[in-house]
Amino acid sequence: MEVSTDWYLVLSAVLFAIGAVGLLIRRNPLVMFMCVELMLNAVNITFVAIGTELNDVSGQIAVFFVLVVAAVEVVVGLALVVAINRRRQGATADDISVLRG
Amino acid sequence: MLAQVTSPPVQTPDVVWSALTPLMTLAVGAILLIMFRSIVKRMPAEFDAAITTAIGPATVLGMWIVGGLVGNDVPLADLRDDVSEPVFYIGLIAVLVLSAGFVRSMRIGFDAAFTVGVGLVSFVATVVLWQQHFRPADLSEADLLAGANPGGGPIAAFGTQYGLDGFALVFGGLIALAVVSSALLFDGYLRRERLEGAEMYVLLMLSAAGGLVMVGANDLIVLFLGLETLSIAVYVMAAMHSRRTEALEAGLKYFVLGAFSSAFLLYGMAMVYGATGSLNLLEIRAYLEATILIDDAMLLIGFGMLLVGLGFKVAAVPFHAWTPDVYQGAPTPVVAFMASAVKAAGFAALVRVFYLSFIGFAEDWQPVIYALAVATLLLGSLLAIVQRDAKRMLAYSSISHAGFILVGVQAATGRGVASVVFYAAAYTFLVIGSFGVLTVVSGEGDRATSLDDLNGLNRRNPALAFAFTIFLLGQAGVPLTTGFVAKFEVIGAAVDARSFWLAIIAMIAAVVSAFLYLRIVLSMYLGSADEEAEPISVNPAAAVAIVAALLLTIGFGVVPGPIDQLANDAILAFTG
Repeated sequence: MEVSTDWYLVLSAVLFAIGAVGLLIRRNPLVMFMCVELMLNAVNITFVAIGTELNDVSGQIAVFFVLVVAAVEVVVGLALVVAINRRRQGATADDISVLRG
Repeated sequence: MLAQVTSPPVQTPDVVWSALTPLMTLAVGAILLIMFRSIVKRMPAEFDAAITTAIGPATVLGMWIVGGLVGNDVPLADLRDDVSEPVFYIGLIAVLVLSAGFVRSMRIGFDAAFTVGVGLVSFVATVVLWQQHFRPADLSEADLLAGANPGGGPIAAFGTQYGLDGFALVFGGLIALAVVSSALLFDGYLRRERLEGAEMYVLLMLSAAGGLVMVGANDLIVLFLGLETLSIAVYVMAAMHSRRTEALEAGLKYFVLGAFSSAFLLYGMAMVYGATGSLNLLEIRAYLEATILIDDAMLLIGFGMLLVGLGFKVAAVPFHAWTPDVYQGAPTPVVAFMASAVKAAGFAALVRVFYLSFIGFAEDWQPVIYALAVATLLLGSLLAIVQRDAKRMLAYSSISHAGFILVGVQAATGRGVASVVFYAAAYTFLVIGSFGVLTVVSGEGDRATSLDDLNGLNRRNPALAFAFTIFLLGQAGVPLTTGFVAKFEVIGAAVDARSFWLAIIAMIAAVVSAFLYLRIVLSMYLGSADEEAEPISVNPAAAVAIVAALLLTIGFGVVPGPIDQLANDAILAFTG
């Protein structure tokens, strides 16, 4: 059985869905960041798969930019978590709910 | 496997540096400020005052020099020829001296003054670029022969990846002005909250640089990079007041939902890439015009994902859930920037992608935007009524304004884009003014932001009450303010596109929110303030920002012609 591009696209769609659902149902901020990473990396698989299929280099180049952006996002996210944990130990997303209305 | 991949030769893109000036000014300004501040933490008071005062003339000279570099000519050369050279240069020196005096009288900090200067220089660069390339109305025969572009087409600034056209320049100018007014509001706020430091200003300039990348992007990846530069800086700014739990919570919520939406946007880009084989907006357009897709499911999924991602950024219902919490928790001047520059950049990107590349598929995306617009208009105006907090209320009202802009977007006509440009320009100043007043009223720690705290504002500071009244009336769309003309334009565009029901819903939403704004105006004038409520004093820098927003709102409300002309010239990139 040959592994065609479609398989990669399905794989990335599944990973993306896992990430999206995980972000919505998990309550630990760190796990939520991991879910965002999973979503971004799922997109990377799509880019690489399509780039290979089309024999076009710009899909692969896009992956580099996405990786950089993902790294930067995690830096900012972790800084926020550290700042929140300084004020409040072991906070989950449910505890962080001063703002509502 | 590897041997089969033939890589095309690498081509160095042509870089037109003058078109990059507005962007580079902001980015270089941010880098210079953070480098300077990491070396010089604290300056002696006299020295600080001296270099702050020097920022005034430096800004004027910077504007003059950048204007000359971008325009390839001595700026204001016509004026110089009219009044003779000595008089002109004496006048220039007089302006330099006056600007120094002006900065001194504002009692503004060095970082804020520097940011205001950088924002002004960037704004002047967009104006000069506009005058150079996009004055289709009065192009003469000689200009056309000399190569001026009558259609106001894009300047390819960086190959075909990044190009400024009239549309991008208008939004770039708006973002630069948003930087100027936000920096003026920051100055008093940061001192009041004891958060002095250059970080906020650096992030402000970086974020605006990202916004400028975004509005001129001709490539989906460049668009994504601009969007992320813009957003990540704003996530940090929202959480900057780290002693307040609310600010941290706002930052985290904004961050998580922002990252979530970026992932959707990116997945949409990947889908479009898969369907069309290119990430370049112009190549995508050419491909879609030349090809009939047998199976366009992938492209349509791409549209949907792009709309989800951009819908989050512009806070369209049902992707609006973060807006009230973030607007309430984040520092008020940061909210002013978010609601003006970030929202404008988001709409610029939305219009750019869907009008530049996918206009041939208008029948596919129009109904979706129609539905988004209806939901956004109704939910935004109805939920705004039940709020008890002024910032939360303005958050819902900004959602409803996003609905109005979507009414213009869904028209899929030139008039639709022109109305989007007009609405974005009008709303930028209305919202900066509104949040500027709230910044001053809310007092230390942003505590007094409930609507009850606005009761009897007239007795505590009549000028502020008057300014807030004008901004609220403008948002309600009362004639003689820009808000009225803006609402008129979007509804007119919807009627032109034969979306009558949408136009009616927009009018109903306008009436519902007008009720809300008038209630606040009444409570400011008729309500009674607490006995111990003290009069409010406004620091000069914030006053300048509020007064400027007020003048623009009333001025262009009475004479909307210039902005209307600007909006109509700006859209030539899409129609001409």
